[in-house]
Amino acid sequence: MCQGPDASLWWLKMRICPNLTNYDEVREKFRWSDIEDELQSGRPVDELQRFNIGYFMIDRHCNLGRGDRQALRCRDSRGGTRVFTYLDLQQSANRFGNILRKFAVDNGESVFLLLGRVPELYFSVVGALRAGCVVSPLFSAFGQEPIFNRMKQTKARVLVTTPELYTKKVLPIRERLKDLKLVLLVSESGVYTIPENCHDYSSEMSAASSEYRIADTTRNDLALMHFTSGTTGTPKGAMHVHGAALMHYMTGRYALDLHTDDIFWCTADPGWVTGTSYGIIAPLMHGVTSVVDEGDFDPERWYKILQDEKITVWYTAPTAIRMLMRAGAEIPKKFDLSNLRFIASVGEPLNPEAIHWGKRVLGLPIHDNWWQSETGGIMIANYPAMNIKPGSMGKPLPGVEAVIVDRESQDTIKILTEPGKTGELALKSGWPSMFRGYLNQEDRYKKCFVGELYLSGDLAMRDQDGYFWFVGRMDDVIKSAGHLVGPFEVESVLMEHPAVAEAGVIGKPDAIALETLKAFVSLKPGFEASDALRLEILGHARKRLGPVIAPKEIEFLANLPKTRSGKIMRRLLKARELGLPEGDLSSLETAL
Amino acid sequence: MNTNLQTPEAMRAALFEILHNFAPEADLNSLPADAPIREYLDIDSLDAFNILVQVHKRFGIEIPESDYGKLVTLNNIISYLTK
Repeated sequence: MCQGPDASLWWLKMRICPNLTNYDEVREKFRWSDIEDELQSGRPVDELQRFNIGYFMIDRHCNLGRGDRQALRCRDSRGGTRVFTYLDLQQSANRFGNILRKFAVDNGESVFLLLGRVPELYFSVVGALRAGCVVSPLFSAFGQEPIFNRMKQTKARVLVTTPELYTKKVLPIRERLKDLKLVLLVSESGVYTIPENCHDYSSEMSAASSEYRIADTTRNDLALMHFTSGTTGTPKGAMHVHGAALMHYMTGRYALDLHTDDIFWCTADPGWVTGTSYGIIAPLMHGVTSVVDEGDFDPERWYKILQDEKITVWYTAPTAIRMLMRAGAEIPKKFDLSNLRFIASVGEPLNPEAIHWGKRVLGLPIHDNWWQSETGGIMIANYPAMNIKPGSMGKPLPGVEAVIVDRESQDTIKILTEPGKTGELALKSGWPSMFRGYLNQEDRYKKCFVGELYLSGDLAMRDQDGYFWFVGRMDDVIKSAGHLVGPFEVESVLMEHPAVAEAGVIGKPDAIALETLKAFVSLKPGFEASDALRLEILGHARKRLGPVIAPKEIEFLANLPKTRSGKIMRRLLKARELGLPEGDLSSLETAL
Repeated sequence: MNTNLQTPEAMRAALFEILHNFAPEADLNSLPADAPIREYLDIDSLDAFNILVQVHKRFGIEIPESDYGKLVTLNNIISYLTK
């Protein structure tokens, strides 16, 4: 148990003392240079200018004599588990680095991963980072065109994928990918015919030396590329540098509360920025054990993993939580979840209902946090030793300054200092994992900044206690009869109705009110769409929200379209409602 | 005018059907005939407008927007429709 001077503090009863117990004090004293000193301690002075995320993920632990700790426990879809220590990872990453060298892949060239959650994903990411290449993970469920768009924009040099994915999705576009010179195929069974112009991952790894010297990268060299879908046009490639490691490390400590002995499970797909920053980088930087599950979502199996692997820290997403809620409270009762210490969620604001559910069913509240592909790491979070305000994204991390602004014109903004005012969430630029550009789209990048502030495009509010509350995307906000309505608020209330599984709310153009609210709702099993149920849900919303904010219209859908990160695509719901072109749908999760 | 809606009872029932679609949570039987409907049922201006559009459709009676202000209570509406 924690020890502390003030026994009245509830968190003192926690089994393990949280890393952040005095928020104000830590924020005040915080300096990025302290984080860097800690990471660099013990390195020879002439090495300090060489800065590589991969080094801090693997080699640092090995150099400090912690190489025999378990880094990964990879559960495959057939029920097997493979365990890798930090030393194992170092060897495999070395071999991968040597493959890149063999095929003359240079510093700064891009390595794409089109793989599920398999060990080779980790070897390749760490190996490519240490080789000074720019790593870009893709969703393995992407179709040909989204794969092509991303690889073409980036002039992809290397692709690591499976024979099945290659044949189905890459072969048809291979000819158009002129820059692609190395394709490595990871085969589960090992039995397949290697297609033309491809190489077998496993044979190349076996043939490669396990001795390797990390490339001479610096803090400002590009390391990662994360694609994010815009409102219009092609997806934007947000570029990140090796210096981002400071942010991954710091947020792993404070926002995820990682301690050396933790067993951590991040459920995010590697194709999503969370799957990279917190599925791969942050836990390895902290030297903890990560559980990697190749399988798809299945409530019973998930609870079993939490139990069997003795997961202590769990980072997941609202969609998963909502699906677990939908599956009912009976299943978790069959499992021992007592090792769980901290649960965090990201992707879309977590409805208060989900936070209460966590407490009731899992015995722990769920801590929401906020960040974007552009920020590279968690910016605002609910911390373990802080009272959660359900529905709030929490408070800014140490070293992060967040404000609410009103965009008056393209280059002028006004900072809204008064609590409770809704405006655009902006961050003081300069945090280590800030994106350094949108690939080939300098103008779009410039438009994100006014003075020293990065404008997030998210609408938020700061309350009198300094908590930030997500209101909606700038482009999702509904203006109805003179009121500014954030869809999240409405969706949260709709979800409180016992029949509602998920809800997406849009503004539908209206001659009188400018926009009216229309809700799309999917139902939990056991509920049938009917006019009576529609009216019942409408009545519930009206009672809870009042007539102005309640939707005017409710439509039932079997499933709501979602991005891979679990965000309900209101934009798509709206486009369909209005019969408009649907734009780039490559980050869609659900089949259309 | 719709011939099935000639008695005040039938009119009232038809009006309740319309109101139920806009304020399904309300107990309409407790709505006093002389109470201002919007206040009583928490109806915003947009819904109030749309309710009268529905009334026009259902009863087949033209209601100029200028008359909207007169149609505040159940009694107001029923007498307007029967005039």
